[in-house]
Amino acid sequence: MSAEVTGGQAQLLADTLAAAKAEDRAALIAYLPAGFPTVDGGIAAIKAVFDGGADVVEVGLPHSDPVLDGPVIQTADDIALRGGVRIADVLRTVREAHAATGRPVLVMTYWNPLDRYGVERFTTELAEAGGAGCILPDLPVQESALWREHAEKQGLATVFVVAPSSKDERLAEITAAGSGFVYAASLMGVTGTRESVGTQAQELVRRTRATTELPVCVGLGVSNPAQAAEVAGFADGVIVGSAFVKRMLDAPDEQTGLEAVRTLAGELAEGVRRRA
Amino acid sequence: MPSEFFVPDPEGQVPDAAGYFGAFGGTFIPEALVAAVDEVAAEYEKAKTDPEFARELGDLLVHYTGRPSALTEVPRFAEHAGGARVFLKREDLNHTGSHKINNVLGQALLTRRMGKTRVIAETGAGQHGVATATACALFGLDCTIYMGEIDTERQALNVARMRMLGAEVVAVKSGSRTLKDAINEAFRDWVANVDHTHYLFGTVAGPHPFPAMVRDFHRVIGVEARRQILERAGRLPDAAVACVGGGSNAIGLFHAFIPDSSVRLIGCEPAGHGIETGEHAATLTAGEPGILHGSRSYVLQDDEGQITEPYSISAGLDYPGIGPEHAYLKDSGRGEYRAVTDDAAMQALRLLSRTEGIIPAIESAHALAGALEVGKELGRDGLIIVNLSGRGDKDMDTAARYFGLYETDASVAADADSETAEIEGDAQ
Repeated sequence: MSAEVTGGQAQLLADTLAAAKAEDRAALIAYLPAGFPTVDGGIAAIKAVFDGGADVVEVGLPHSDPVLDGPVIQTADDIALRGGVRIADVLRTVREAHAATGRPVLVMTYWNPLDRYGVERFTTELAEAGGAGCILPDLPVQESALWREHAEKQGLATVFVVAPSSKDERLAEITAAGSGFVYAASLMGVTGTRESVGTQAQELVRRTRATTELPVCVGLGVSNPAQAAEVAGFADGVIVGSAFVKRMLDAPDEQTGLEAVRTLAGELAEGVRRRA
Repeated sequence: MPSEFFVPDPEGQVPDAAGYFGAFGGTFIPEALVAAVDEVAAEYEKAKTDPEFARELGDLLVHYTGRPSALTEVPRFAEHAGGARVFLKREDLNHTGSHKINNVLGQALLTRRMGKTRVIAETGAGQHGVATATACALFGLDCTIYMGEIDTERQALNVARMRMLGAEVVAVKSGSRTLKDAINEAFRDWVANVDHTHYLFGTVAGPHPFPAMVRDFHRVIGVEARRQILERAGRLPDAAVACVGGGSNAIGLFHAFIPDSSVRLIGCEPAGHGIETGEHAATLTAGEPGILHGSRSYVLQDDEGQITEPYSISAGLDYPGIGPEHAYLKDSGRGEYRAVTDDAAMQALRLLSRTEGIIPAIESAHALAGALEVGKELGRDGLIIVNLSGRGDKDMDTAARYFGLYETDASVAADADSETAEIEGDAQ
C-alpha cells in the first residue's frame, strides 16, 4: 500500500504516528464533522485544530441515523445535514484540510452512505482528495472484505474499532485485517464526554497490543488534558471528538468557536506529551 | 406443544451461517455489540434443540397467550372482496392484543437463560412495547421501552399500559421521532449496558440472528393457520395477506406456506398519502437496497444513503426499513408486495368493524384493504387468509379523529352513515 502508486495517504498516517512514538509521546487525533457549522466553517475548524497541535484529524461524514453517537455529535450531524452537506463537500473538506496542512486526514462515517455512493467510487475519490483512510464503526471485520480490497488498492488505511467486550481471538482477527492504527473504545457506550476514562481502556490496549504491531489509539469519553495525559500513559494516540464539537456548539459565533477548538487542541497536545 | 411451532425445518432454509437471505441480511453492527449478538445467536441455537425450552415456551403459548388463535371466516366483509372467501387469523385475540407476544415470550425465556436482568425494546404502535412490558412483569425483569415522541402521542393508551405494567417509557425526541429513532436510541442504550441488558428486538429486521429468530417465534401463526384452513376449507388458500412494516406478522403467516407454491404471499405496505406524494413508508415499493439497523435490506433513502423520513397513519408501519427475508422474497418473486394508502386502510378498518364486529388495528387494516383488492382479482372461487395482527383499541383516538366520531354534530354522523350505506350498497 504505497502512496506513490495512488493518492491515498495511508503511509503519511503511519509516518505521523511513528514520529509521535519517536518523540516518546502519544499522538493527538481530533474528530470534527464535515459541514458543521457550515462546509467552510468545518474546514476552518479542522485547520484550527491542526494549528493547535492535532497530529491527525478524522472528518465525520454526517449520517441521518448516527446510532453510535451521543447527543453532541448527533446535534452537529443534524446541523450539517440540514445545511445540505453532500459527500462532495466532505471530500472537499478532506482535500482542503490536507492540502493546507500536509497532515493525515481520515474519514469516519457509517456504512450506508458509502455503500450507496459506491465503494470503488468513494475510495477513488477519497484517495484523489488526499485522504489517509476510513473508520467505519458499523462495518465489522466479517463484512469488510469488499471495502478493504478497494481501500488497499487506493492506498487508504482501514481503521477498525475494538471494544472492551471484544474477545482475544476476535481482536487478533480484527487487527490482522486493519491498517493505520487500531481504534480502542475506552468504554462500552456511544460518543460523548465523560468524567473519567475507565480502567477498561488500559486493559483493552494491553490485549490489543498482544495481537498487533499497529499503533493503538484510545477514543470515547476523552475530553480534557488530564484525561489525555492519562491515556497517553498507555496508548499510542488519544482520540477526542465530542469535546471539540461541544466547543463549537457552545460558542456564540464561529470565530469564537474556532479559537476555542484551537485552544483545546493546544491543551490536549500538551496533555499527550505529559504522559501521566 | 412440540418444537415444530417455532423451529423451521432446516432443509433448504435461509438464512445461511452468516445470516444472509440471498443478498440481504448480515451483521452490520458496532464491535461493542458483536459479543452480545453472538451470545444471543449461540443461546438461541442451544434453546432450539432443548426440549425444556420447547416445553416452557409451548406452555406459555397455550396457557398465557391463549394459542392457538382462532381462524374466523368473515362472510359479510367478504361480500366487498369480490365474493372470495376470507378468513382472518386472529392474532388480535392473543394476550396483549397482537401477534407481538409470540416473539416476546421466546426472547424473554432466552433473556433468563443468558442470566440478563434488564430488557430494552423499541416500539412504534406500542404493541411490541406492551408485550415486552408484559413479559418483563411476568419474569421479573427490569424494562425500558423506547418510543418516538410522535408515537407516544398517537398511541397514548399503550404508553399508559406499559407504565401500568411497570416499564419505563422513554419518549425519543431525535430525528423523525418515530420508530426508526426509537430503535437508534435502543441501540445506544444497548451498547452502554450490554453486560446485563438484552435488546428484545421486535421485528424480523436487525442484525443476524434477529431476522431468523423473530421469524421462528412467529412461525406458529402460519403453522396454525395452514392446519386450520385445511380443516375448515379443505384446501390451501390462494393467498396469504399481511401488513408489513418491519415484517414480523407477515413472515409469521407466510413462512409455513413458502413451500406451497400455489399460495400467493402478499404483503401490504403503507402508502401513506400516496407513493407519488413522497409521504409513505412503502420500503419495498419505493426503497433501494441499503443498510439500516444492522442488516442489508431495502431502505427508504436518498441518493447519498441518508435515511428519509417515512410517513404512515399507522405508527406500527411507520418505518423506513424492512426485514431482509422480505427483501429476499420480493427479489426471488415468491412474495408480492403492494402499497395501501391511509385512506384505503381506514375504510377497511371501518368496514370490518361494521360488517363483522371486529375492530382491527390500523396496521392490520392495511392487510384488510389489500385483501379487498386481492379478493376482487381472484373472484368468487378465491380463498384468502388475512393476518389480523392486532386489535384496534389503541387506535380509537386516531380513528375517531379520522372519521369525526368525537363530534356530536348531526351532519358528521349522517355523513358517516351515508358512507356506510354506500359501502353496503356496493356489495349488493
